[in-house]
Amino acid sequence: MNISVKDWFKSGSPWVWMNAGAVAISIIMVVGLLGLIAVRGLSHFWPADILQGTYTQNGETRTITGEVVETSDVLTLQLIEAGIDLPEDNEFSTRHLLKIGNRDVYGSDFTWVLEDFLSDQSRPEMLFTAERREWGNLYGYLRSIKESGNEVARYEGYEPSSEYLALWDNLQARIQRALDIHEDILQIEKHEIGAINYELERLRLKERSLQLKNITETAPFAKIEQRRKELDDEYEDLQQRLLDLYAEINRDSMTAEVANGKIVEVQLAKVVRAFRPNAMGIGQKSLHYAAKLWEFVSEDPREANTEGGIFPAIFGTVMMVLLMSLLVTPFGVIAAVYLREYAKQGFITRLIRIAVNNLAGVPSIVYGVFGLGFFVYFLGGNIDDLFFPEAKPAPTFGTPGLMWASLTLALLTVPVVIVATEEGLSRIPRSVREGSLALGATKFETLMKVVLPMASPAMMTGVILAIARAAGEVAPLMLVGVVKLAPSLPLDGNYPFIHLDQKFMHLGFHIYDVGFQSPNVEAARPLVYATALLLVAVIALLNMSAIAIRNHLREKYKALEM
Amino acid sequence: MTMEAKTHSIDISALQRQNQSLRLEDETIALTVRDLELYYGEKRALHGINMDIPQNRVTAFIGPSGCGKSTLLRCFNRMNDLVDSCRIEGQMSLYGHNIYERGVDVADLRRRVGMVFQKPNPFPKSIYENVAYGLRIQGINKKRVIDETVEWALKSAALWDEVKDRLHESALGMSGGQQQRLVIARTIAVKPEVLLLDEPASALDPISTLKIEELINELKKDFTIVIVTHNMQQAARVSDYTAFMYMGDLIEFGVTDHLFTNPAKKQTEDYITGRYG
Repeated sequence: MNISVKDWFKSGSPWVWMNAGAVAISIIMVVGLLGLIAVRGLSHFWPADILQGTYTQNGETRTITGEVVETSDVLTLQLIEAGIDLPEDNEFSTRHLLKIGNRDVYGSDFTWVLEDFLSDQSRPEMLFTAERREWGNLYGYLRSIKESGNEVARYEGYEPSSEYLALWDNLQARIQRALDIHEDILQIEKHEIGAINYELERLRLKERSLQLKNITETAPFAKIEQRRKELDDEYEDLQQRLLDLYAEINRDSMTAEVANGKIVEVQLAKVVRAFRPNAMGIGQKSLHYAAKLWEFVSEDPREANTEGGIFPAIFGTVMMVLLMSLLVTPFGVIAAVYLREYAKQGFITRLIRIAVNNLAGVPSIVYGVFGLGFFVYFLGGNIDDLFFPEAKPAPTFGTPGLMWASLTLALLTVPVVIVATEEGLSRIPRSVREGSLALGATKFETLMKVVLPMASPAMMTGVILAIARAAGEVAPLMLVGVVKLAPSLPLDGNYPFIHLDQKFMHLGFHIYDVGFQSPNVEAARPLVYATALLLVAVIALLNMSAIAIRNHLREKYKALEM
Repeated sequence: MTMEAKTHSIDISALQRQNQSLRLEDETIALTVRDLELYYGEKRALHGINMDIPQNRVTAFIGPSGCGKSTLLRCFNRMNDLVDSCRIEGQMSLYGHNIYERGVDVADLRRRVGMVFQKPNPFPKSIYENVAYGLRIQGINKKRVIDETVEWALKSAALWDEVKDRLHESALGMSGGQQQRLVIARTIAVKPEVLLLDEPASALDPISTLKIEELINELKKDFTIVIVTHNMQQAARVSDYTAFMYMGDLIEFGVTDHLFTNPAKKQTEDYITGRYG
């Protein structure tokens, strides 16, 4: 069996191998990338065991507690050079990154520890984690519960007992109570008072616009004044209720002993949840994990975006992309129909096509600058002058916002839709157009009734590509509407329900903000991965729905075999 | 296959007997062509065609590929307007009205002069909607009227019995022959005066071809039919009058029977005896 290289070459198998190799590498890269962000991002929500140990370094001994976040090997020599007293026996030393929490006590919540200096390692069941709204996690032993400053229960010692478990259950019940009250407070602050503020602002604008129109009658003003009074009264009531609730929520507190023996007192109003990871089984941990994951996708962010969820960012991203699709589709389709069907094919149409294709290659930040200059300052400014003079000098549309971001991205993606639609139009067989024309249909009727429906899958392809590009775009958005933290969603219960002038949060920008603008980099890092994973998932979901629509259309207008 | 051949031969003799008493002088003329010249850019594709096409008869255009028979056919409903470089001189009229006059409503002309193409071209819609298309274009929206017309058109196209139970299924699921008859139904649904058939059976199998030919024979009671074919047997079977074209010229035009049995021109004789083409 002697096959010469030439024969082997002629048989085509080297090409098959090359193609297969290229495909395999691509798949490995995609799977690897997704795998990395999935593992890094998703493991963050797993309730890790709390390690307790005695740490001796340079003659100092202290107790240390925390979660192991990361483990790595470093050159021993390097450490010795850095002034750490280590035996030179091993080439490498193992070190752990511990999340020690208790930022209010220690000043920072992460620390590197060397395995060699760590002794008496244990995982005491009584150690607990409390997630707080401020200062990050607390790790320690529960000591007592106080009600209105008076101690109601206490436990000393480090071993679990029924007495301790009773104390723990007491704590959980009180935390639940605080959470319920917190929910009420949020409801009042965000929705009820928010609605009142919104209406008061509208009344102010109404009054201002009446003044601007030089209306001298007193009746409208009196009406506004009366309504304002009513709202003020309502506001007073709510304010009183809030005060009561705050008194209620601040009733309980707990004390805990942290690793250096210090006793810390924490208001239960500030605790999101408390749990003992070392005592949890795999089932409990899974439940906890699911709850954390749900919190991540459904809640607002806390602590400068390093804790809590990213729901507003998901919402903002999806809303912006949908709005962009709504804007870009008609615009791109009409342009493509004109270019392909009506414009006389010649030098100028060729020039326009080249220009459109090149438009797709313009760096996105350039679109951002254009959007800011043209849409925000010019268009938005003029809209404010014409329609919202009462709000001035505060801008309404003359400031970055959801509508301008969507428009800018629509502009960025319109070449894709034009090219895809033109491609689709050129593939509609001539015979079908002639069939329609021969029945006495005009060109326009033929377009609307036969050609455009048949080209709709191609249009959807354009929209899919546009979504893929727009959803991942961050740079231009930073100029035209995205913010680090938006106080409210662009869609809510206040008239007119969709607030196109509002700023919004975006997953892509959130990644940048959490990863690079955060004061607490170590705490933020897993969130960067988790947010990245979510961004990919959101884009995939948006694309998949568009693809499903396209496949449906394709099936419906299956091209004739001609 | 033998069965088919037999049916065909019976058909031919029947048709030939019908044809024998025809004379162009006695016919009502639907379409007249006078000194028609057609250019594609600089190239002249039709050279001074003169012709009268009689009403309620089947007129066949035969000739070798590229002789201009389809081009001439497409002049009757101004389909050539769609070709940018195409230019037409001379006159062509439908019942005395020049169809190339300024101000002629081309859409209306095309409704009056329907056309069926070489390959079946149903729209990617249901069978019902395909037939209703022309009606809806005319602004007819009454369901009862459309229902009746669709049924009438499908019956006229000898398709009703095959599709009456699946009117709302896609037309693309039909066989080629059914699709072509659907296209004919779609065309006659708008009640045209003239039916132009551009090699309507060339993409079909023998049985479907036979059905189309029988259909043509039926339809000529209501419509003036002009058919382009490069199948001489087909021309002989279905047509009353035949025009032989060659290289853009109309060589001979007359009663089919005469033209096939007793051609006046040498070129015609050469072509029908198979010497070229």
